[in-house]
Amino acid sequence: MFELKNLSRRRIIQGAGALAATSAMPALAAPKPVTIGFIYVGPKDDYGYNQAHAEGAAAIKSMPGIKITEEERVPETDDVEKTMQSMIQLDGASLVFPTSFGYFDPYMLRMAKKYPKVEFRHCGGLWDKAKHPMNAGSYFGYIGMGQYINGVVAAYATKSKKLGFVAAKPIPQVLINVNSFAMGARSVDPAITVSVIFTGEWSMPVKEAEATNALIDQGCDVITCHVDGPKVVVQTTESRGAFTCGYHANQLALAPKGYLTGAEWNWATVYKMFATKMQAGEKLPNFTRGGLSDGFIKMSAYGPSVGAEARKHADAVKAEIMKGGYTVFKGPLKDNKGNEVIPAGKAYPETAIELESTSWLVDGVKGSTS
Amino acid sequence: MSAAEPVAATAPATQLPADSTYKLRRALEAGLVPVTAILAATLLFCVFLITLGRSPVEFFDLIWTGAFGSWFSLQNTLTRAAPLLLTALCVAVPAQLGLIIIGGEGALVLGGLAATCAGLALADAPTIVNQIGMAVAGAAMGAVWVGIAGFLRAKRGINETVSSLVLAYIAIAVFNQLVEGPLRDPSSLNKPSTYAIPDDAMLPDIPGLEVHPGIIIGPIFCVLCWVLIARTSTGFAARVTGGNIRAAQLQGLPVAWLMVGACALGGALAGLAGMIEVAAVYGKANASLIAGYGYAGVLIAFLARQNPLAIMPMAVLLGGLGAAGGLLQRRMGLPDATVLVLQGMIFVAILASETMYGRIKWFQPRGTT
Repeated sequence: MFELKNLSRRRIIQGAGALAATSAMPALAAPKPVTIGFIYVGPKDDYGYNQAHAEGAAAIKSMPGIKITEEERVPETDDVEKTMQSMIQLDGASLVFPTSFGYFDPYMLRMAKKYPKVEFRHCGGLWDKAKHPMNAGSYFGYIGMGQYINGVVAAYATKSKKLGFVAAKPIPQVLINVNSFAMGARSVDPAITVSVIFTGEWSMPVKEAEATNALIDQGCDVITCHVDGPKVVVQTTESRGAFTCGYHANQLALAPKGYLTGAEWNWATVYKMFATKMQAGEKLPNFTRGGLSDGFIKMSAYGPSVGAEARKHADAVKAEIMKGGYTVFKGPLKDNKGNEVIPAGKAYPETAIELESTSWLVDGVKGSTS
Repeated sequence: MSAAEPVAATAPATQLPADSTYKLRRALEAGLVPVTAILAATLLFCVFLITLGRSPVEFFDLIWTGAFGSWFSLQNTLTRAAPLLLTALCVAVPAQLGLIIIGGEGALVLGGLAATCAGLALADAPTIVNQIGMAVAGAAMGAVWVGIAGFLRAKRGINETVSSLVLAYIAIAVFNQLVEGPLRDPSSLNKPSTYAIPDDAMLPDIPGLEVHPGIIIGPIFCVLCWVLIARTSTGFAARVTGGNIRAAQLQGLPVAWLMVGACALGGALAGLAGMIEVAAVYGKANASLIAGYGYAGVLIAFLARQNPLAIMPMAVLLGGLGAAGGLLQRRMGLPDATVLVLQGMIFVAILASETMYGRIKWFQPRGTT
């Protein structure tokens, strides 16, 4: 870095001073300064996935000694490697949260190998002890039960007995949400059906609006979704006079009349835990997961259209879930093609690994994964 | 020219003096006009920043830090510039014939996919055979794809700008269909991808750097294309066609085949860019390939006024802006679109500066009146 000829006396004195300063540091009571990087795939104010993470980041911003550095709209290409590297090299980040699903493989894994002293935690639950570096890890929330409660509330709001679901891609995470929503609604009234439309993209506002309109045209009167930014779906539904169940973050502001409730992430819990451990110099967990009962997920406050009966029922379900171990995926369970997907006697709570390869839509869902 | 000087000096006053510095002044014009345009855009952008209440000094300081200021930043810039060199050529080469091809994205995406297929098919072949196979497959696929637009133009008179763009949409749809369907690796649950090509078939980084070989391949093709256009009879024929198509036809130039050929060459280069992205960066084909490099190439080609040599600095400029974009967001809290505003201003300024060529007398040939 600096050559010998530059090593003047002044430099040496400077160096000695710096050394003294650093060695004096541990004596101070202040928590260790830590810079934490957050990377989002979309805008921070998308009323959705990214906003949920940005709210979590904002929650730790005020912690003493914590500095956060955030970058939004980073594509899932090698751009994200550059962003991670830039946060580490130029901002001095020692913990990085690449929050989007597609950031993990190969980008975050490569960076984790390259910077073994920096900690990387990815939102999504892909980390595998056998295959991946120990300075990397995953955190994720079981939000399916949130969609289950959405379903319960929706069941009381619907008149047509038809609910609509605007989904991004037919991948396990999304399918669990569709299935949970349907099962929640059908636990109230088995005559209810859920129509699902897959847009094929995480963020494709035009298709999301089309899908929402198509569902309402078919008679669906409560709409929920699993796309990166629910804004378009929620606004379209509101303008058509139908009800919405939210997802990712609170969308009440977008639909003051029709917003029922919503399944929200509560990343502040997770980020606070990581930041505190980081400051204490403790080893960070590699694999963190939790649901409603762990504070990883929360429900939006009920909107004005939710009646007393619906509130009571949903609160009761929520109370059960908060006890932990609540299970809705119980055999015998059939998919919407009539095949038995969970045999009698088997029960998969939200933590069950079997659910993570879900490729089916449960009985009562109208739609197809392909 | 220098031989003529003494003659001019001794010639009678009525004879025209030779304009010995004309070539130099013309080169200066070609350099000064775009530089002035960039400066003007920058000034305009400073006004924009000041109205936002931000410091232009801090802004450009961060651009420097993020794009060129450290070894890491420079490598970041170069890596971003690498694919843009080839996709810009996909625009600049057909532009010599007056064709405006904006669908390089399609050639890149399908080229990447074809390269992946070749890489998988040749998995057991020696590394070098595999790599050459991937390059050939990628380039061939790209050549066919953009060649179609050239063919439709030459034989059916269909507007190549529209057809190439529409072909890019089709290419992306076909790509998604194949990657999510028949070519999908079933283990890629949540992000559909093809199987990965063997690790040893990957193109290694340039020794000592973290930049993949695309940054060498790109400039080589920029120079080769410049030679082809400026120093060969084929290139001359292409430029004649671009200048006046009827004159070219009267001369008996094979106009139709020049069109198809230029489009195919451009497409091949974009396809090669796709192959490099697969073989040096991703190792497999998935939606990451659809990153807009094809469209960024259009911007660069126009900034470079379709000159393959000028593509190099322009690609570095845009690569640098891209590399610094994140830092600007993080340090100044500026929205991500700020860099796009600057890019847009530069683009408009350079296009507007086109009208300045030939207007400033000092650059014009002297002694001709």
